[in-house]
Amino acid sequence: MLKLNQVSKTFNKDSINEQKVFNNFSMDIEKDDFICVLGSNGAGKSTLLNIISGKVKVDDGDIILNNVDVTEDTEYEKCKRISRIFQDPSLGTNPSMTIYENLSMAKNKGSRFGLSFLIDRKDEGYFKELLKTLHLGLEDKLHTPVSQLSGGQRQSLALIMAVIGKPDLLLLDEHTAALDPKTSEIVMNITDNIVKEKGLTTIMVTHNVDQAIRYGNRLIMLHRGNKIIDVSGEKKNSLTKERLLELFKDMDDKSLFS
Amino acid sequence: MNSFIMSVLQQSLIFSITVMGIYITYKILKFADLSADGSFTLGASVSAILITRGVSPIVSLGISMLAGALAGLATGILNVKLKIQDILSSILVMVGLYSINLRIMEGKANLPLFNHKSLFTDKNPLFVLSIITLICAMFFTLFFKTKLGYLLKGIGDNENMITSLGINIGSIKIFALSLSNSFIALSGGIMAQYQGFSDINMGTGTMIMGLASIIIGYSIFKRIGFLNSSIICIVGTLLYRTSIALSLRAGFNPSDLKLISSILVVIVLSIGNSKELFINRRNQSLRKKKLKNSTTLREAGGGNA
Ligand SMILES: Nc1ncnc2c1ncn2[C@@H]1O[C@H](COP(=O)(O)OP(=O)(O)OP(=O)(O)O)[C@@H](O)[C@H]1O
Ligand SMILES: [Mg+2]
Repeated sequence: MLKLNQVSKTFNKDSINEQKVFNNFSMDIEKDDFICVLGSNGAGKSTLLNIISGKVKVDDGDIILNNVDVTEDTEYEKCKRISRIFQDPSLGTNPSMTIYENLSMAKNKGSRFGLSFLIDRKDEGYFKELLKTLHLGLEDKLHTPVSQLSGGQRQSLALIMAVIGKPDLLLLDEHTAALDPKTSEIVMNITDNIVKEKGLTTIMVTHNVDQAIRYGNRLIMLHRGNKIIDVSGEKKNSLTKERLLELFKDMDDKSLFS
Repeated sequence: MNSFIMSVLQQSLIFSITVMGIYITYKILKFADLSADGSFTLGASVSAILITRGVSPIVSLGISMLAGALAGLATGILNVKLKIQDILSSILVMVGLYSINLRIMEGKANLPLFNHKSLFTDKNPLFVLSIITLICAMFFTLFFKTKLGYLLKGIGDNENMITSLGINIGSIKIFALSLSNSFIALSGGIMAQYQGFSDINMGTGTMIMGLASIIIGYSIFKRIGFLNSSIICIVGTLLYRTSIALSLRAGFNPSDLKLISSILVVIVLSIGNSKELFINRRNQSLRKKKLKNSTTLREAGGGNA
């Protein structure tokens, strides 16, 4: 459903800060894929998601979404069909608005933002139900401004907001990194449930190897803008942490000598 | 009622519409639009020239609003399409408006309306102004409950989030600037009819007045914790105009007024800033603590690549 074709991206081209992140990078994402992306800091994981959602423009190559070339589409046009959660918890919600208002905004995604009132009292039950699944007690804070929530609570809310519609593609950038281990576990479970339930095509960046092994049907390891590991299906299911680290070590040695 | 209080009250009602307009860009959109001085005069000159040509006073105000919207559109296009910084875009528009306003008034710096019918002919000005301001305040309040209104708030809050909703924030910004400047131009048009003339310099200081009124209104209502933005604008304007009028009464020359209003703004801003500074410091130390906690947690959590 999504194809990256020979994509290249260099930040600050022709300056001393030049940073080549991707060079002729290609990737094929099938419908209903749930891809976990691993990789060290600076490998290009966030940039990859930003390229897909249009936040970062590529220098070269094509992006094909559902057989349509969307390379030149602006960020907001791409976002009509894509939902995303940023690595930075402050980017996914509107801090001065309440949880209720944030959820109402997200619920209206894809419809017109015209002159009808945003807040619909009838949504209260539905929103409470959604928030209850998080077990964070947010259902009792519907009218609290999001600025008063913790980073973890914001990311969890952002997850609920991202999947309230049915996006063609869901991009998660370390969305559980700001959470405590227990909440991270809960949110990961919810993510998995929602992805399966709604049949969402998903790309999830994580630093947690256990999570990457446990969830999803495909695992990619990025290193300096290259896919050094890409396993799916049975191979992915039988993958263990030890095996993965071994693979990574091999690759790393090889890349040292190449 | 004492005529002094009366005129302060009436002028405040007129200016509070400007302040609502400025509130939209300054407080909600967080866009530094300094073109208010120009669009206030634009509204005044458009309404004045139309009235001298026999157009009905109400219709002339409608056209003033349209003109204001065009001025906002210009600022918006400079900023969004041509990527000129917000302050600069609005200053460029303000400077350009000076010439445009002179042209509208057919080259005259002053356009009297004394022999023409206005909104206030044979009517109680306080009554007329209360109705108009009430309508504006109601529109303002209701608008920010609509989906479109929330988009404006959202853009000031977190542009990323609004883009994630698949919304083109550029066009919403342009719309907001048009809306804001049509409020300001409306207010200018009413002022011209109220005082019986339009003057090329009548808009000078509008921006400062707007900021001061908003900041005064905010610092008061924050304490009380009751936040209807239109009421903040109206009460803030009333307090600002009152303090200006009182200083005139205290024996200052009208020519001192500009300095007085500048000093007033400095005082209010510095009080506000010293408070904000305090809050920021506290937030900073809180943030540092949080950062520390999260790193220790992550280290303790282990198992991460
Ligand atoms: N906007 C930008 N301007 C300049 N350089 C950038 C920009 N965004 C990313 N980079 C650079 O691109 C490289 C990849 O960054 P990216 O954020 O994609 O890494 P990442 O894999 O997400 O890392 P992390 O695990 O730390 O989040 C880094 O070297 C970074 O410095
Ligand atoms: Mg990243």
